[in-house]
Order: sequence, then C-alpha cells, then structure tokens
Amino acid sequence: MASYILKKSDLAEFVESLAGEFPGGVLGPVLQDGKIVLAAAEPREFRLDFQNTHLSPKDLFFPQSEKMLEFTANPGEEGAFILEEVKNQPQRRLVLGLRPCDAKAFVVLDTIFTNDQYSDPYWAEKREATVIIGLDCNEPCPTCFCTSMGSGPFHEEGQDVQAVDLGDRLLLKPLTSKGEEVLKKAQGLTPAAPADKARAQELKQQAEATITDEVETDNIAARTVMELFEAPHWDEVQERCLNCGVCTYVCPTCHCFDIQDEVHEGKGVRLRNWDYCMSWLFTQHGSGHNPRPDKKSRVRQRFMHKFKYIPLKREGAIGCVGCGRCITLCPVNIDVRDVVRDMNS
Amino acid sequence: MDTRTEKIRAAAKRLLSEGKVDVVIGYRAGTVPLRNAPYFARTPQEADNLIWDSNCRVNLATFIPRRQGKIAVVAKGCDARNILNHIVENQINRDRVYIIGVPCEGMVEPALIEARVPEGQTITEMVEDNGQITVKGRDFAVTLEKAEMLRQNCRVCQHRNPPVSDELVAEPVPETAVDPYQDLEELLAKSEPERWDYYRELVKDCIRCYACRDACPLCYCQVCFVDETQPQWVGKSQDATDVMTFHLLRAYHCAGRCTDCGACESACPMGIKVRQFTRVLEKSVKERYGYEAGLSPDEKPPLTVFLPDDPQEFIK
Repeated sequence: MASYILKKSDLAEFVESLAGEFPGGVLGPVLQDGKIVLAAAEPREFRLDFQNTHLSPKDLFFPQSEKMLEFTANPGEEGAFILEEVKNQPQRRLVLGLRPCDAKAFVVLDTIFTNDQYSDPYWAEKREATVIIGLDCNEPCPTCFCTSMGSGPFHEEGQDVQAVDLGDRLLLKPLTSKGEEVLKKAQGLTPAAPADKARAQELKQQAEATITDEVETDNIAARTVMELFEAPHWDEVQERCLNCGVCTYVCPTCHCFDIQDEVHEGKGVRLRNWDYCMSWLFTQHGSGHNPRPDKKSRVRQRFMHKFKYIPLKREGAIGCVGCGRCITLCPVNIDVRDVVRDMNS
Repeated sequence: MDTRTEKIRAAAKRLLSEGKVDVVIGYRAGTVPLRNAPYFARTPQEADNLIWDSNCRVNLATFIPRRQGKIAVVAKGCDARNILNHIVENQINRDRVYIIGVPCEGMVEPALIEARVPEGQTITEMVEDNGQITVKGRDFAVTLEKAEMLRQNCRVCQHRNPPVSDELVAEPVPETAVDPYQDLEELLAKSEPERWDYYRELVKDCIRCYACRDACPLCYCQVCFVDETQPQWVGKSQDATDVMTFHLLRAYHCAGRCTDCGACESACPMGIKVRQFTRVLEKSVKERYGYEAGLSPDEKPPLTVFLPDDPQEFIK
C-alpha cells in the first residue's frame, strides 16, 4: 500500500476533508487542564508534540461506566423488570495520534473481548466503527519498556494507519484496508518519496536504541504457576502496596469490570463499571468467603494475570504493552519492571 | 549525603541490631525521579537503603494499623501527628511504636517542578543542595528554589516538628507563621450553589481509584462505606452524584482527625485538590472546638466525643 506525506500545516485540511466520513467525530491528542487527552476538537488544537495521553485510551471502546441494558422498575407494570437492549449503535469515529503501545493494547484486548468463544458486542461494535491513525514515538520516555513487551516505539499492530513525525510533515502508511480507504478520501496528501521512508527508518532505529531498559520475561514461561505464585518477592511488593486502583485504571490492558443494576424513579439500568483486582470487594463471595483475602493475594493477581495467566491462555502473548503509566503514577513506586524481573529471576 | 539520611540510618541500625524493633518503616529512593518508595528495613544492612529528601510525601502512619510486633517509623511532623491519632484511636499502643522524628522542611510538589521544565521533556534526575533543587533531563537542567516548589500543605504547615518522638534526627526547624486557611476565604465567601459548582468542577476528573483513601492514614476501616454491599450506600458508576458522595463522606469521616499531611493529594493520579474538602472541615473544627488533630495523646477528636453537658440541644 502506498505511503503519503501530510504537511503538518495541512493537518486541518486533512481532518476537515474526512469529517463527513466520521459522524462520531475526529478525536486527537489535546491539552486539557494540563493533561494530554484524546478528544474531539478543532484540528489546530491537536498536539503532535506530546509523550502520551495521561490515561490510556481503553475507554474509547471500554468506557469506565457503560449502560448495557435497561428496564422499568415499577412492580405490576407490564414489562416491568424485563431487560431491554440499549439501542446505541456507535457512529464511525477517527482517532488520530494514538501511540503504538496503546494500539498494541487494543490487540491484546481484542483477544479477550472478541475470541473464538465469545464476542463482546459493546467492545466489538465500537472497535469496528473506529479508524485509528497512530503516531510513532521518536522520543520514548525513560519509563517506556514497550520493546520488551512485544511492542515498540514504531510498532504497527492495532493501527489502521501508521504515522511518523518527520519534523514539519508526517509520513502516513496505511496498514489495513480500512486505513487505505480513509487515506484515499483524504485531502492534503502527496505521495511519499523513498527519502521520507528512509528517514522514518532512521528515526525508528534511533527511538528503539533509546529504550535501554530490558525487561526479560523468558523464564516466566518456564516457571510453573505455583512456583511463581509462592515466590518470596510478593511479600516485599505487597508490604508497601496501598491496594488502590491507580495502576489498574491507568493501564491500557486492564479490563475487569463489575455489573450493577441501578434504579432511579422507576427506571432501571444495568451498567458495567471498571473494577480492579486490588479491591477487597473484587473477589468477595456472597457466602462471605474471599479467595483473595489479603493485600498480597490481590497485588500478586495483577502481575500474575498479565505475565503468566494471559500468556498461558493466549499462546504466549503478554498482557502488558510497556507504556509505563503505572510506573509514573503509582503512589508508592511499585515499578512493574522490577516486579517482572523478580518473577523472571 | 543529607545528614538526616545519615541519622535515620544510624537510628535504624541501632534499633534493629539491638532488637528493639522488628522493622523500621522509612523511605528508599524510587525507581523514577520525584517518587520515593516506602521501605521496610528488617536488618541493619537493609537500613542502608533508607533515605531522606524532599520526595518523602507518603505518610508512613498509613502502614501502622493491623501491623503486629514492634515497629519504628520515620516521621515528619504530620506523620507523627497521625501516629498520635492512631494511639488515641487505639490502633497501636505507644510502647509498640518507636518514632524516629524528622523536623521537616517540606516536601515538593512534582507538578510544580514538571511545569518548569521544557515542554514535552521528561525529568530523569533530581538533586537537592542547600535549599535548591536541580532537575535534569535529556537536553536540559533547571535549578529551582525548593521553597517555591513545596506542596501547598507544606507551605502552610503549622507543625513541621513532630509533636511526639523518641528521638529527633535534626534540630527543630522554625515553624511557618502563615495563616493556613487564608486562601480558603474566597471559596467560603461563595454562596452555597457556587460552592457546589466549585466542588463539582473539582472532582470532575475523578476516576474512583480510591488512592486518596488508601494513602490516608485515617482510612483504616476494615470495610469502607463505598465497598459495603449490604446495604450498598453508594453507586459504583461515574455518575456525578456518586462520585461526590464518595468525596463528601470520606471528608466527613476525616473531620477533626485530619492532619493535612497531603498524602491524599500526592497519591491522586488526576491531580485533584482533594484537600479542599478536608481543609474546610479542619478549619471548622479548629474554630469551633479549638482542636487540632494529633497533638496530644490524651485528647480525643471532638467528633468522637459525647459530653452529657454538651451545650447543643439536638444531641441530647
């Protein structure tokens, strides 16, 4: 598929030429209250000089609170308490500027939400209706370890179009037919020259070379679940863990949820809300028994899930993409890189 | 090396080698700049990992409830006040906790420092020297006055010296002579609907991770009201009313107990100024009862006390 050049000064023209294709909006990285967020905005507000969005973009397809079903809750009324589908067909959206680690996270979550056994319509419909134009990382952060997690600053999975920042212009390379179609309809593009592709290749090598922090995982596969489960290092990790939800909620691959019914003035909704394995309530049984009764069993679960259970079930794929958000935001500096090194040792 | 660091290590080594305590709870350097980690030293060798600098924001009193054995805790003024709180609230006996008091010159606010480095750049190192902070990154080095980079609660702190300790690792520091509540005047002058709007706006980014609660030494309930299911007191979604319910109830549970240590704000991944709830309540408690939490082992927080001669009729 042919690559294109988009001058940054033509970004507005590019976005405006596609606006009609995407009634759900064109979202991009914007600065809001000091944080980079993905939002619909005037094209001139889109930022290309950011490191990553403050929170992960998983809420594009997996909102923190989502209405699944609804019902009337007036006893005696016809149809009361019968759950009805919420008619909310997602509209087509274009997302610009997604970092490769976060796009890779969508691929991880695709295998969980849509697989050979089950397809989660809430995830799948929104995912299907969204076209993703990524933005490769010329300058990875010191907390990035994507290259150790099957991703990388120029990784291509999960995006429809890959974009490389060449200074005053972007090199756009379609990766899927969805992406190719969008670029065909867009204005402001010119064909890319071999020199542009060569420059992108150089930037890729430079970016990858800046990530010197290797986090190996090969021994984790060789160690048994029980060996890892009973490893002594969990005692050290759990001691300072607050069991808060920061790491889970900022994580692009954490995907657990809780389902709740809420009734207000005769109208009921069934919601799903993000949930987190650090919470005492997460595994509390109706009987009163809690299979994860202490801090240690809860904090261990998060790491075992990403680095042992997901690889076991998904043919070796790791459930982490190395974005580093949990490292920078953990209030007590639990560094996933160190935990994985302990698991791997 | 900071002399406080040296003294903390010496005290920890002595206590551990003499078997006076099982563990010394302090700080070690973090794996990223501007973020230290709580550290649990169990041997004199491990005590060498303990440090002190301007990034010791976590309140270590948080780790005390339900802990067995004899412990020593490295404590700033606020941490020591929270230890006293725990003693008053029967969370630990005084003879089980050894307080290594640190007269404190305040902790820095990472967001203030990050705002002073070139846009889009990441801080990879921070060094401190004589009241100045230098942060470095790939293509920059910026030197800042520490006093201008302090957390808001540290700027207005009234108790930088621990009110109780078993030893101090430095000479007491002068207390600040500022009115801690001056900046609240504007908020408190607002009408009720305006204040409601202010607080709604304040928590609009809350993701309900509960880090503010979990970092708080006062929040040691076995089951928090937001986690109760029978009955369920509060909804779990991002509904604005439920988010506000969490913040308001948490704040009220802290009324008359909060030491304004700032652990909640420092833990928040969204930079929400959650102290704007608790500070208003602390101001009220101080004005109405002349009480400040964590200054005496003999005084109970006013909202936990019932007096038969209470002057107000409604409570009788």
